[in-house]
Amino acid sequence: MAQEDSNVIDQPEVIRHKMVTVEIAGKKYDVPEGITIIKALWYSGQEVVRGAGCLGGFCGACAAYYRTKDDPKVRTCLACQMAVQDGMSITMMPPFPARKATYDIQALKDPKQDLFNLYPEAPLCRNCNACTEACPQKIDVREGVWKAVFGDFKSVSEMFMDCVMCGMCTPVCIADIAPNLVALYVSRAQGAHFTEKPVGLDTRIKEIQDGRFNDEWTKLLKMNEKELADHCATVK
Amino acid sequence: MDIHALQQIVHQTRDARRKQTLPKLSPADRDQLIHKYHPDFRASAFRPIRFGPNVGDKTAIELATLLEGDSSIVDGFDLTPHYTTDVLVVGGGGAGCAAALHAHGAGAKVMLATKLRLGDSNSVMAQGGMQISVAPEDSPVTHFVDTLKGGHMQNDHQLLKVMVEEGPSIAKWLLSLGVLFDRDGDGNLHVKKGGGSSKPRLLTCSDYTGLEIMRVLKDEVLNQKIQLLEFCAAVELTSDEKGNCTGAIFKDLDNQRHVVVAAKSVILATGGIGRLHIQGFPTSNHYGATGDGLCLSYRLGAKLMHVDTFQYHPSGAVYPEQLIGALVTEGIRSEGGHLVNAKGERFVNELDTRDVVSASIIRECEEGRGIRTMSGRIGVWLDTPLLDAASGPCNRSCCLRL
Repeated sequence: MAQEDSNVIDQPEVIRHKMVTVEIAGKKYDVPEGITIIKALWYSGQEVVRGAGCLGGFCGACAAYYRTKDDPKVRTCLACQMAVQDGMSITMMPPFPARKATYDIQALKDPKQDLFNLYPEAPLCRNCNACTEACPQKIDVREGVWKAVFGDFKSVSEMFMDCVMCGMCTPVCIADIAPNLVALYVSRAQGAHFTEKPVGLDTRIKEIQDGRFNDEWTKLLKMNEKELADHCATVK
Repeated sequence: MDIHALQQIVHQTRDARRKQTLPKLSPADRDQLIHKYHPDFRASAFRPIRFGPNVGDKTAIELATLLEGDSSIVDGFDLTPHYTTDVLVVGGGGAGCAAALHAHGAGAKVMLATKLRLGDSNSVMAQGGMQISVAPEDSPVTHFVDTLKGGHMQNDHQLLKVMVEEGPSIAKWLLSLGVLFDRDGDGNLHVKKGGGSSKPRLLTCSDYTGLEIMRVLKDEVLNQKIQLLEFCAAVELTSDEKGNCTGAIFKDLDNQRHVVVAAKSVILATGGIGRLHIQGFPTSNHYGATGDGLCLSYRLGAKLMHVDTFQYHPSGAVYPEQLIGALVTEGIRSEGGHLVNAKGERFVNELDTRDVVSASIIRECEEGRGIRTMSGRIGVWLDTPLLDAASGPCNRSCCLRL
């Protein structure tokens, strides 16, 4: 919004953006310093269909590889969360054809054993740690795969709570494991099979079914606008 | 003073602010504040819709323009369906996935179409939590009343009653699919207190409530082998002579071809319109939140409700630069984070309803008590070090204005 903000007390005027040069898929572009990689793609006029999602670091659509100036190490990031720097080389990660097992989560008889039928490659981890290094969310992925294999589903579900399913752990795996998919199965099994059932929730559902609130509802829904507003005002 | 000097004021005033309690506004004060500062009351940002079911109704210029747009489908378009299904769900977020799974579970043949990937949605970004009355001291009726108050009594009573009453069963359904909600020591669902609610009611999965729910729903849609059309944007609904919806036309974003789907029922679960950037506001909304469903249904003759009101989330980052538009969860305020102006003062009860908090932030910015960032945006501080003194200074200014 181009409104004047001249009344902001004792603060300096706008500072102009410094430009930096980045390389996107092998081509150089000048973009403002400090913007995100996704914004740099837009700024340089790239069409972004598959590489953009929530733009908030949650959906994992914008997995990208980058390398900073003079550093041989290629790193991973979510392009909506990483600011560009001068001399950065960037490319987006293409979709990777990892195999997802399908299962009926509620019908599983022995989820910890079923893991080996659904993902038989899971125990073949060779400890190279590439998955952990590839994770833009800094999850100890390798450790998670081992914990899954040894049946510590609870720890896996906690470790992978911030997994955005970007899948960057998958192409690097020399044992063809898709750690994010393994962890998702494990977390779901943990929730559906190894977590206490909340008694209070069942009580509430039964109360609703048994019509415990019916009198209150009748009273409330019969009120006219004014009565309803007055009633609402009494609830603090 | 520059932004770093202004930041010092936040640190200096922290202890004093901690002792303060700010009252929530009375209904009269609230109305006055909102009429003056809430974006819904900027006359210049609205205009009447020129034609269609809502002709004459005032709405945001951006939405009006979109609703009045021409169809991209030309005369003589071949409507022979490529796919035929019982239920067509347009949208792959929380609502779309839930609708697809329920219809599939009831035995219908289901197709789910989304213009991005399955699961790409605002749902995946929800951090604060999900309001369901599960606590013993709470009830669906109280939930109803709180929501009515937040909605300025404008809510559809019937719809609202269904939502508050079915909430607990939905929580149970999600649990059965493996969603890991936070728990209390006794195994019951843990509830936090959210803005505008009289009882603790927020169900959470750490700070990733939406992500956790969406990971599970997406996985379940794939497990159930529900037919998917990804990267296919709905561009028009089809209808029979009586005007009943008979399916939809999609545009495949990968090859630019049209795909026609015939369906007995069509469910629109297309989400909101944050990405129209109404009044130039930054948005925390997903890239795909462009109001497609509103347009699609409007062109088929549906009358839209409440086109004059939009929700503005009070806290989004305007500093640092790469975080502009990023949502700052309500949870930070419900945990006690202060909103602070350039003078180091609190100016609103942080747990008041979203419209009050939003309007207050705008008031501070417009009356010269905001903080100007390096790129010229104006915001107010959200004092987060207050919550975790050990984590060092990480103040963010949060705001709704450019």
